Amino acid sequence: MKKIQLFFQLLLTTLREIFDENAYQRFLLRTSNSPSVESYSKFVHERDAAMAKRPRCC
Amino acid sequence: MSKMARILVWTAVAVAGALALGAIAWHRGEAISAMWLVVAALCTYALGYRFYSKFIAAKVLTLDAMRATPAERLENGRDFIRTNKWVVFGHHFAAIAGPGPLVGPVLAAQFGYLPGTLWILVGAVFGGCVQDFVILLCSVRRDGKSLGQMARDEISKTAGIVAFVAVISIMVILLAVVALVVVNALKDSPWGTFTIGMTIPIALLMGIYLRYLRPGKVLEASILGFLFVLLAIFGGQWVSHTPSWAHVFTFTGPTLAILIIVYGFAASTVPVWLLLAPRDYLSTFVKLGTIAILVLGIIAIRPTLQMPALTRFVNGTGPVFSGSLFPFAFITIACGAISGFHSLISSGTTPKLIARETQTRMVGYGAMAAESLVGIMAIIAACTLQPGTYFAVNSGAGMVGQTPQAAVVQISDWGFPVTGEQMDSLANAVGEKTLFFRTGGAPAFALGMAKIFSDSLGGRAVMAIWYHFAIMFEALFILTVLDAGTRVGRFMLQDALGHIWKPLGRTSWYPSIIVTSALMVGSWGYFLWQGIRDPLGGINSLWPLFGICNQLLAAVALCVATTIIVRMGRAKYMWVTLVPLCWLVSVTYTASWHKMFDPNPLMGFLAHTKQIMAAPATADLGRKIFNDRLDFAVTGLLVLLVTVIVIESALQWISVISGRKQAVTREAPFVPTRFAAEEPA
Repeated sequence: MKKIQLFFQLLLTTLREIFDENAYQRFLLRTSNSPSVESYSKFVHERDAAMAKRPRCC
Repeated sequence: MSKMARILVWTAVAVAGALALGAIAWHRGEAISAMWLVVAALCTYALGYRFYSKFIAAKVLTLDAMRATPAERLENGRDFIRTNKWVVFGHHFAAIAGPGPLVGPVLAAQFGYLPGTLWILVGAVFGGCVQDFVILLCSVRRDGKSLGQMARDEISKTAGIVAFVAVISIMVILLAVVALVVVNALKDSPWGTFTIGMTIPIALLMGIYLRYLRPGKVLEASILGFLFVLLAIFGGQWVSHTPSWAHVFTFTGPTLAILIIVYGFAASTVPVWLLLAPRDYLSTFVKLGTIAILVLGIIAIRPTLQMPALTRFVNGTGPVFSGSLFPFAFITIACGAISGFHSLISSGTTPKLIARETQTRMVGYGAMAAESLVGIMAIIAACTLQPGTYFAVNSGAGMVGQTPQAAVVQISDWGFPVTGEQMDSLANAVGEKTLFFRTGGAPAFALGMAKIFSDSLGGRAVMAIWYHFAIMFEALFILTVLDAGTRVGRFMLQDALGHIWKPLGRTSWYPSIIVTSALMVGSWGYFLWQGIRDPLGGINSLWPLFGICNQLLAAVALCVATTIIVRMGRAKYMWVTLVPLCWLVSVTYTASWHKMFDPNPLMGFLAHTKQIMAAPATADLGRKIFNDRLDFAVTGLLVLLVTVIVIESALQWISVISGRKQAVTREAPFVPTRFAAEEPA
């Protein structure tokens, strides 16, 4: 049971990492902000260059 | 587990793999179950991972769990973040798995299921996985440097420039070829066009949802987006059955090409949050889910392969693309076996996330093995179709006759019986007007996938839904590759042009954005246009060109890897990357020679020019001749550039091995990890 729980936790963390949700949480921690339209806008602005430079393979 | 038990388990895996490979290789004249391919693949990857990658990790690269990685030393909460190995694995797999391992194996199935399967397995275990693993480790030991930077530092400045040109070239050709695949899949298909068209407003809605309504809730937005896409699939069915709407969404190839070119330009210039990021999230969500379903579907229904092990087309007379088994099977399948493009990702975001050096084995080698399994699934999907159907769908009109009737006669004459009624019935079942001449690989893959899915769930009644789901799935992440690729290309051009005139290097300066986006879109748009107007289906000339570019980039990556191994003082193990390098060089040089100088006009660019010049003049004669000469020049330039990098690398190896040069690398200095107490991977 514990292993199944661990598996789903890991799966969720992986998805949150792939989908940048963890990156947003780290941004909030780093900048001592709370979730808001403004802070997400700042996060997206910071993430913009890195996001656009990230290649997707064929 | 005791030592004896481990030996017994691995012996059993080896025996099962050998039996499965034997069954695949020796069965002739009777259909075999796809499960043989699945078992052979799983056993091969397991053995490759357990023994070969462990050997590379221990003897060649000497991975050190006590050495701090850049994610630890340079941790900044932005790019450099220590991350759980499974999370990095998922991240890396999501970035490397694209349409390539689906389309390439489908096209190469014209040789039969055997060559493609063997190349995917051998190529991945000894080539692709090794390349991804070694480049990832090299980048980790160099603070996450890119392939181009490593080429410049470890080989020479010229090598760095060559790597840059190779990357830009591959991106242009790649974007053109994937755009062509989408055009061919959506041509005269109102259902598909409507569904894919709807993903643009869905992505825009997701962008607004993420930015203004529920900031940062990407998983939530992706699930909503996915539900909307499902609605769009059912909406597409209604559109295709309503003549007035069907007419609105029915486009010819050239019109679709123009629409995609305009879309690529728009996606490269609008803010990233509005279209690019939401589509990327949506496509990743669909991609991971669908690949998982496909694997489960194949294992659940265990389909039978209808395609023979080897077809008569191994001699180079195939209608899907021209060229013999050697070298064309090995450049047609790139991503499932070895893909140079992966080296960009292995030296991109992934090395900045690795928490322990020892995890590079699982992420680099393991994720590529998983992608290779996707390639095997694609072969299975294509080979479960009746061969006659496969060839009728995948052959260009110029290869099998200008009409469906002529195509049916020609394909049946080759020994692959098919009738017009069968094709009409199949087209009807999937909600298309016709399935003849749908080149590019995507429709054939969608048909195979729809067959597997409908056999598992819902039967023939829902085949049309599955078919369009598969088309949507392929087109969605092809368009993601297209818009992300155009943007990455734009940034690279801006970086380069910034050295000539500084303002052009400013990524937020709109005139620069417009100029560089136009340059990038214009370049791939030109090749796309060339493919659309090609009477042989476009894929015939563009896919081999793409394969050559991709494998030449892999040659650049393997040159860098071999040089680093030699400079590490491990020259006795340089064969690990040198053998795949030699293979790739021989394959791509031979393929390039054929594409440039082969006397067969279906293959050689010069022979084709000669043929059209001898024929009665047409209005577009000049353009056709220019296209051939352009393709000739691009191929020649790439071969020349890679020759330079191979020679430069070889000179480095000789200098170090002969003792004229000291064996030193540009690794970041050793710093012990602060997490030594944690259990290493």
